[in-house]
Amino acid sequence: MSQSNLRNITFSVNGKGYNVQVEPRMLLSDVLRDELRLTGTHVGCEHGICGACTVIMDGRPIRSCLAFGVQADKAEIKTVEGLAENSCDFHPLQQAFWEKHGLQCGFCTSGMLMTAYDFLEKNHNPTREQIREGISGNLCRCTGYQNIVEAVELAAEIINKKKESLEGPADKRMVFPSAEVEV
Amino acid sequence: MKPAVFEYHTPTELNEALDLLEEFGFDAKIMSGGQSLIPMMNMRLARPKVIIDINNISDLNYIRVNDSVVQIGGMTRHYQVEESEKISQVCPLLSEGMKLIGHSQIRSRGTIGGSVAHADPTAELPVMLATLGATITLASSDGLRTVTTDEFFITYMTTAMEMNEILVSVEIPLPPKRTGFAIDEFTLRKGDFGIVLAAAMVTLDEEGKISAATLCLGGVDGVPVVLEEVTEGLIGHFPDDELISECCNLIGEFIDPEPDVHASAEYRKDLSITYAKRVLLLASNRASISEVK
Amino acid sequence: MTIGKSVKRIEDPRLLIGKGQYVGDILLPDQCEAVIVRSPHAHAKILRIDTEKAKQLPDVQLILTGDDLPKDLEAIPMRLAPNEALTMALQYPLAKEKVLYAGEPVALIVASNRYMAEDAAELIDVYYEPLDPIIDVHQALHPDTEILHPKIGSNDLFLLHSKKGDIDELLKNSPYQLEEDLYVQRHSGIPLETRGLLAFVDENKRLTVYGPTKVVHFNHQILSRLLKKDKKEIRFIETDVGGGFGPRGEFYPEDYLIPYAALKIGKPVKWIEDRLEHMKATNHSREQKHHVVVGFDETGRIHAFKDEIYVDTGAYIRTHGITVPVLTQGLLAGPYDIQGLDFKVHVVATNKTPTGTYRGPGRFEGTFVRERVIDLVAKKLNLDPTVVRERNLIQPNQMPYTNGISALGQLVEYDSGDYPQILAIAKEEMDWENFHKRKAQAEQNGKFIGLGFAMFVEKSGLGPWEFCEVEFAGNGELICKTGLADVGQGVETALAQICSEQLGIPYSKVKVIHGDTDVVEKGNGSFATRGTVVGGSAAYYASAELKKKILQVAADQYHLPSEDLDIKEEVITQVTTGLKLCSISSILKVAKAQGIELREKYTFSIDHMSYPYGIHAAEVAVDLETGKVKIEKYYIAYDVGKAINPMLVKGQLVGGMAQGLGGAMYEELRYDDNGQLITGSFMDYLLPSSMEVPEIDINILEISPSPLNPLGAKGAGEGGTVAVAPAIANAISHALEKYPLHLTSLPIRPEQIREAIKKGPSIRG
Repeated sequence: MSQSNLRNITFSVNGKGYNVQVEPRMLLSDVLRDELRLTGTHVGCEHGICGACTVIMDGRPIRSCLAFGVQADKAEIKTVEGLAENSCDFHPLQQAFWEKHGLQCGFCTSGMLMTAYDFLEKNHNPTREQIREGISGNLCRCTGYQNIVEAVELAAEIINKKKESLEGPADKRMVFPSAEVEV
Repeated sequence: MKPAVFEYHTPTELNEALDLLEEFGFDAKIMSGGQSLIPMMNMRLARPKVIIDINNISDLNYIRVNDSVVQIGGMTRHYQVEESEKISQVCPLLSEGMKLIGHSQIRSRGTIGGSVAHADPTAELPVMLATLGATITLASSDGLRTVTTDEFFITYMTTAMEMNEILVSVEIPLPPKRTGFAIDEFTLRKGDFGIVLAAAMVTLDEEGKISAATLCLGGVDGVPVVLEEVTEGLIGHFPDDELISECCNLIGEFIDPEPDVHASAEYRKDLSITYAKRVLLLASNRASISEVK
Repeated sequence: MTIGKSVKRIEDPRLLIGKGQYVGDILLPDQCEAVIVRSPHAHAKILRIDTEKAKQLPDVQLILTGDDLPKDLEAIPMRLAPNEALTMALQYPLAKEKVLYAGEPVALIVASNRYMAEDAAELIDVYYEPLDPIIDVHQALHPDTEILHPKIGSNDLFLLHSKKGDIDELLKNSPYQLEEDLYVQRHSGIPLETRGLLAFVDENKRLTVYGPTKVVHFNHQILSRLLKKDKKEIRFIETDVGGGFGPRGEFYPEDYLIPYAALKIGKPVKWIEDRLEHMKATNHSREQKHHVVVGFDETGRIHAFKDEIYVDTGAYIRTHGITVPVLTQGLLAGPYDIQGLDFKVHVVATNKTPTGTYRGPGRFEGTFVRERVIDLVAKKLNLDPTVVRERNLIQPNQMPYTNGISALGQLVEYDSGDYPQILAIAKEEMDWENFHKRKAQAEQNGKFIGLGFAMFVEKSGLGPWEFCEVEFAGNGELICKTGLADVGQGVETALAQICSEQLGIPYSKVKVIHGDTDVVEKGNGSFATRGTVVGGSAAYYASAELKKKILQVAADQYHLPSEDLDIKEEVITQVTTGLKLCSISSILKVAKAQGIELREKYTFSIDHMSYPYGIHAAEVAVDLETGKVKIEKYYIAYDVGKAINPMLVKGQLVGGMAQGLGGAMYEELRYDDNGQLITGSFMDYLLPSSMEVPEIDINILEISPSPLNPLGAKGAGEGGTVAVAPAIANAISHALEKYPLHLTSLPIRPEQIREAIKKGPSIRG
């Protein structure tokens, strides 16, 4: 059980470059949590069902317990810690989860947010049923999902309004100052 | 739930991977998407000494369509097939069926080759390929060979692949005109492996009569089961609810499913009939619509 | 005013940006990780344990087997409903001679990380002699079956028998009788975060343990007793917790082993349970067989209710003692006024994972039994099941009402409530009067729909007391120290709202501290829906006392009577004139200058529980071809007395319903004949996803505030869960009333429904 086969990996997480040495068997979830100390990514089942460990890798949501850290070499990863555009702000999803009481214990929340983030990238005006389907790979034991669905709905609205304020008529721009929006 | 130690190789060329396979033989396991293998490794139910990770062999990631066939590279990921415009035009069954595979996170990583080689009888992809009359191409250091799905799937999670082979592609013949498809499955929860899944392909002749029909069931045996005995009665007839029902009612005679914690053998048979009817009917309707188009 | 408002939670911002700190997130220098070697057998003798190969691994720091633990180590004691007779069936942290369930801890390994520890675990050879496993209560009670706890002398570990009235006479005199066997399957809370602990010893030999929750102070006391270490030498710190639901936070074998290992090696030891372990190691719950006989008349009035209950308690008695059996019989009669009750509860040992409470313990089981029976009575008499309910309900003028049964050391006395009103509200909401028309119409279109109701009485606010200490910090923040724990339910927000209301400060200025035994003097913890009721009342009174003190300082300052002063929006205000005198912060400064300590402690004691009540209603559609059920509408009306934060109450009810739905239709901890758990992963143990849980309409009522506490609150934690199974079962039965479907066991499986459909409509129609 030697550590002699340590591998060097270089990757970017939330826009920051990392270089770490890991055993090939170390799961990506453990690399993020233990090596990078990004403990926002949670581990709920380690067999690919609960979705708590969901992160975005190269633009796609993946279960970080079903990938080895070495497989993330040269990849770009986004975790819950990098969801907001800057550390003082909430992402619209985080804002909406707060307002709609979309979390209780908070354990599934990081994965839920990352899945919802990817979902909203692809679905700008989703129905509730589409949202339910979109988040169905993430289990939540506390909320019964209803408030999560409402939160994702609200986040879509916030995002759309922000976009409108960028692209839409000037009067709308005043309602949502563009300073809040990163171009 | 942490994997045991393994030796890790990341070839970037197919030949390199095949050489590694020759070198390590039984000790080695090919890893593509890892969505079935890694959970088993986490539980230490699988503990390969050597992992040959083929994720970096970009030559195996492609979707090619020509006049007669769709060819999909083994490392192509589920989402790529799901989202492919080309596929949805020429082989809508695949686009539709892909959506039934797990959830978006699984489809981000899971690969065509991985799913097929894993040969889970309740998985969607083997059933789709068997329905579509696909072939599977395997590479070894001796060269390539192509087998039918019937030859490939042997029993539960067992295939005709030799120790030194890698699944490099699947080839799906383009269906004739006036062909309709359908796939559906019974699950207790959305996204689970189907208790029973059924896929159908129905082709009509110029008059609108059924000229060819394929029905395939998953979850009722160790391999996808194509039931010609059921569909032969449809040939030469106009699609019709009653006729389809009549043919499907025979299904119980031809399958012998195993019970498990979620469903008895009897219930699986019963669901098979229901889902067979549903997909044959839907495929027929779609075939007639395609004619109008 | 903050009480009664749906304010956002103060817990959330941190959790939303990934800055929560769950026990697994903590990393200490030199930290090691432990893994537990567990029995693969349900029942076996341990012949020998060979740890030599594992010891050879360079990373291994410690290996412990049962023989390595102190010879005089006590078994893990009961916390609730303790009973002398049952102490012979308690569990020790590591098995010694025998293992009694698959998953029982046999050895502990500590290595530098979890990967290495698992490598070492594979090298430990345990030699077993397998014995016949007992997997069913009736098998356990068979005279030829081996007795698991010989000192008790029977696998029927305990018998509870409660009665009211002359049951035999009442049954005899009832014109109708109905006899039924009903079954509730084994399932459990399954929080998304598994259990975990991190223990370390500092340079003063003081032990700190991260990870306890729910009943932190109690567990602190138990550990001190088991380790024979003074309480002052141990500190427990609660971290963020990924869900409780009953099983989480009890004292388990690992709660001894991990601190013990840390003391042994002098380095921090972390243990994070993995999911497969969790399914076998953490308390199961719910499994009961009921044999019911009811006597009733032609109007549907029930005169006698007799139930013999077999609780599959698993291999050992754990911390809950016989809480679940006790609560099952205590509230089995529910909202009905029944003259004769006779409940016999057998607590039976089997070779399965030990059990404890899970959200709505005893009530989920009992409500399923009772509310199904009501519908079966209605069916037998061809009566409207809601009418049968109406005819049996306790009337408001009978309140307070004693059902004649005791539970948790007190006679069950419903404090207040209007049961007929809540039934009427639900019938109206679901348009029950016109439903038959809709149903007939749907049937003509080949759609089979049905509507089912289930009523329940919950209990909440278990005493005996809870503690709160409030103090103004230098920065003007109010520090509120509570003996409660936060398992995700929003305790911090609820308490902040209560303090804020009393003290006229924004709730965001209240900092709630819990679960640290060095900081919080004492506490009973969060269970049995007691948080807001008992802990909230303590906060209410502590804040009231503090307010009095502040107003006295202000009164002295302004030479006004303190009774004429109040705090509004952080300003000391004269009540009679509305005059704003000064800000609260200036009074804090004055108090400080005068050396007045602005701190108050309050211990709120309560003898009797509160009894919230409610109703669930489900409308379902059944696919005749597959037996699959779709919930088309789901409604819960719940009288919580007073909702401190309606948004949180609603969250509890919707979330609770999702868990109830799991128990009704999806989740089962099923064993095979060898005593092996065959649904021990998330592949087979089916937690409902967003696609299974329907949209739920919640009606929070405040009809009958509790007279037993100053807030009037009755709690809301469990009412979402307890009545889901019968509501759905009744709805399905209604949809398929023409078919020979007899739903008396859980989970409800589409397969069973389809079987009945295949048999075709029965002649009775």
